[in-house]
Amino acid sequence: MKEMSRIIKTVTNFVYGFIIIFGFYIIVHGHLTPGGGFQGGAVVGSAFALLLISYGSMNSNKFLKEDIFSLFEGFGLILFIVLGFSGLGITFFYNFLANSGGWFGDTAVIGVNPGDMNTAGVIPLMNIAVGLEVLSAFGVIVLTMARGAEFTKKKENS
Amino acid sequence: MKKIIFGLAFIIFFSFLIVSAINMRTFGEPTISEMDDYFIENAQNETGANNVVTSIVFDYRGFDTLGEATVLFTAVVGVVALFRGVKK
Amino acid sequence: MIGNLPYVVVVISIGLGIYTLMFKRNLIKIAIGICLIENGVNLFLITLGYRKGAVAPIYTYAPSGQAMVLPTPQALTLTSIVIGIATTALILSIAMMIYKHYGTLDTDQVRRLKG
Repeated sequence: MKEMSRIIKTVTNFVYGFIIIFGFYIIVHGHLTPGGGFQGGAVVGSAFALLLISYGSMNSNKFLKEDIFSLFEGFGLILFIVLGFSGLGITFFYNFLANSGGWFGDTAVIGVNPGDMNTAGVIPLMNIAVGLEVLSAFGVIVLTMARGAEFTKKKENS
Repeated sequence: MKKIIFGLAFIIFFSFLIVSAINMRTFGEPTISEMDDYFIENAQNETGANNVVTSIVFDYRGFDTLGEATVLFTAVVGVVALFRGVKK
Repeated sequence: MIGNLPYVVVVISIGLGIYTLMFKRNLIKIAIGICLIENGVNLFLITLGYRKGAVAPIYTYAPSGQAMVLPTPQALTLTSIVIGIATTALILSIAMMIYKHYGTLDTDQVRRLKG
């Protein structure tokens, strides 16, 4: 995949940071506003796809590493499974942090409220774990398929 | 000949789908909603999250989400294993 | 009849997907047909859970005193969307490997034996 023109690269340099920050905002605020781990991970993954397309698959190997993405993906899935198992004193996937007063443990105001960040127990942690898994899964898929496209095109010419 | 038979089968199937879509229950009035009313009433009290959809995805039906994350992981492993002969 | 227009839209989307699967031979077009069927099914699930004049089931700054739509179909559709993305990635990767091995994407010519 060749790199695209100078206009697209300049616009990408302006925009991709904002896209990544917006995606992490959606992930972290998943229990208060529309969004969550999957949606925010998809937004961050689209920023990686934008970088890959505008800079080409050869140049983007310098700043998008496939090994780091696969490491983060395994880490996210393991964190999610550990959070699910840690409620096992009562049931699987029990929300043991909610309404306990500790981390994310405030009791929510019943009814319409402006929203408190420090509520909802184990749900924000699970949002972060799943968001990490989804964004690195998208990065791995996009990078691997770009590499494979290069490979199939070379095979066709020979 | 094969294309004519396929076309006839497709037209019959599609007309059945259209007729059943017109004869379904009225849009906007769900008939059975006890479970969802329970979720809307009690989700804020039991999980503390304002977003009812997130509390269903990660708390009430967390086992579904675990299977879904496993499916995504398996798809990534499949893609990487398919292109494993390609050098960087 | 006009009240059931969303169901008709769902049926048209699924019908176009099935038409693509039945009459097209290109593997990329078959992948597009599978995506159309997935989107139709997701839209059908969301449509079943709609309640007339209701707001989204989120309590942050919600307009007070209004009904809320059913949250369970939305949660399960979220699961379904991510699984659809995973299947689409796998389908496109397998299509790319088939193109590399056979030099074509036509399903009729893929069928012959070749080393």
